[in-house]
Amino acid sequence: MDTILFLAFTESDGSLAKPALEVLGSAVAMGAPLTVGVIGASIAAASQQVGGCGATRFLSVTGEEFGRSRYSTDAAAAEAIARAAGATLVIAPASSRTNRALPGVAHRLDGAIDTHVTAIADGGSVTRWYYRQRMEAVVNRTARPWFILLESGCHTAWTGEPREASFETVAVSLPPLRTAVTGVRSPQSGEQTIRPDARLLFVAGAGWTKKQADGQPHPREAEELILGFLHKTKASLGGSKSLVDLSGEGEAVLQFMTHLNQIGQTGATPRHPKGLSTCCHGEEPHVVGWRFITERRAVNLDPNCGWARGKADVLYVADAFEVMRKVNALLG
Amino acid sequence: MSYHIVVCGGIVPDPLQTLEPVMGPAGPSLKNESMLPAVLDPWAAHALFEAANLARNVAGSKVWLVSLGPKAKLQQVMMTVAQKAAFELVPIDGPAGAFTDPVGVSGALAAAIETIAGLDRQQLLVFGGWESATRGAGATMQMVGERLGIVDQFQGVDSLSPREDGSFEILERIEGGQHQVSVCAGPPALVGWATGSLAEPRNNPQVGMANMRTIMPALQKARAASLSGCPPQFVSVTLPRQQRSTRVMKDLSTDEIAREIVAWVNGD
Repeated sequence: MDTILFLAFTESDGSLAKPALEVLGSAVAMGAPLTVGVIGASIAAASQQVGGCGATRFLSVTGEEFGRSRYSTDAAAAEAIARAAGATLVIAPASSRTNRALPGVAHRLDGAIDTHVTAIADGGSVTRWYYRQRMEAVVNRTARPWFILLESGCHTAWTGEPREASFETVAVSLPPLRTAVTGVRSPQSGEQTIRPDARLLFVAGAGWTKKQADGQPHPREAEELILGFLHKTKASLGGSKSLVDLSGEGEAVLQFMTHLNQIGQTGATPRHPKGLSTCCHGEEPHVVGWRFITERRAVNLDPNCGWARGKADVLYVADAFEVMRKVNALLG
Repeated sequence: MSYHIVVCGGIVPDPLQTLEPVMGPAGPSLKNESMLPAVLDPWAAHALFEAANLARNVAGSKVWLVSLGPKAKLQQVMMTVAQKAAFELVPIDGPAGAFTDPVGVSGALAAAIETIAGLDRQQLLVFGGWESATRGAGATMQMVGERLGIVDQFQGVDSLSPREDGSFEILERIEGGQHQVSVCAGPPALVGWATGSLAEPRNNPQVGMANMRTIMPALQKARAASLSGCPPQFVSVTLPRQQRSTRVMKDLSTDEIAREIVAWVNGD
């Protein structure tokens, strides 16, 4: 029988974020002997969160150097906990931090890893996507330890009465530190438009920058309409590849649009309950940006657009400028 | 400080191709895989363009491209890629599809890097895409780094800026559309690029001809790689159900559409 290590990094306040608790929920549901491993500058809040999860052992690595996301320290800490736990399955939330560090840790432990996992079945197999979300595979492995990084939103978060866990401290041998984390920088536009927790994804396509009925492009009005909608709804902004590329080439289009906003084949595939695409065009490879959007609606002048027919639940054949002007007015 | 930049970049089916999985005795593969036109993996291509730009701006630097794929496909892809940037190809003849394992692929890549003549580990920057467009695991580069003993690793990188003291500043993508800023003391380091900030270079036939003088002999001498490790067992590989029954609203007024969208956005 497999034994499980749930492994997570704490947030800056010492707590575990919701995606980590979702993975803990998944680990608890597997019903196998469970060890909890937590890494961070402080784990006091996390200790309260996980104390009642039924784990047989709680392991931690703490200290200032583990409060920053950095490969060398993260990998060393995760390796130390994984070795101490001796578990056959290591389950962790998929985040920029774990995605970067845990493949290297799997290699150090002569194990295997699957990232971007969307489901763990009772029989131990996992589900993940290949070819940029274009095909779905169910995978099993005999190699152990097997590291599994579960995406957020794929399991209900574990909840329980707050109870202090009794953590054992694991010693870590660090290599010389040659990398210093100096801070976090927001996009140059100064406009925070990516909101992973938003209920709605607003997707802007290249049509926003094209000539309109009067024969002229209206990029400034497009910016006002899109930003106005984002401010009123707190939606997250995605961009099609063609629109993002235009911005990257220095054309005066939508100035807040960067490659970070790009969704689809070479961009992100975000998870939101709802998605509204406007002025998008293109076929299947680009539309994978929609893959994990539950309810989808589109506004497009082309009723046969690849983003809409067979991909959206509702397609409004209309001018997005006019529609979004009215929508913003109604939203107040 | 000059750099020895090794870019790891695989080849992938042209993103505009229709892909269909088929199960065979050796596991899954793509239908007509050998017939599909291929391109350099998009994120690896960004890594190559960034490497070429860095080498151009730092005198004495050199770029190698280590690529694992069927020899014939590599040759086809190089006809285009060679015109984009100056590099020396280190080809490895082997599978390029998604259904391999990062353990085996990283072993082949690291072994190839170790055979590069004249490579100075103290000047070494290993570049690659932060994920591939095939397996999309984002795991191979970290394992390459581990095999080469590199513990200064960065993933989802959009910017690398050398500084006068030999260190460099790195911007890595983190949650919420933000970048984490780090300063690394200098090589050796491993960098998994996201999109970076450079547009795709225009084709330069002169660069292409200069590259092809070394690429063709390298391809002829490419060694076949047998991927080690313990590959996964694929229970199933399927295409997702793609069709939704779309309600096409052609005759609604703009006011009606706006009201419907607002009600939907505000609804549960």
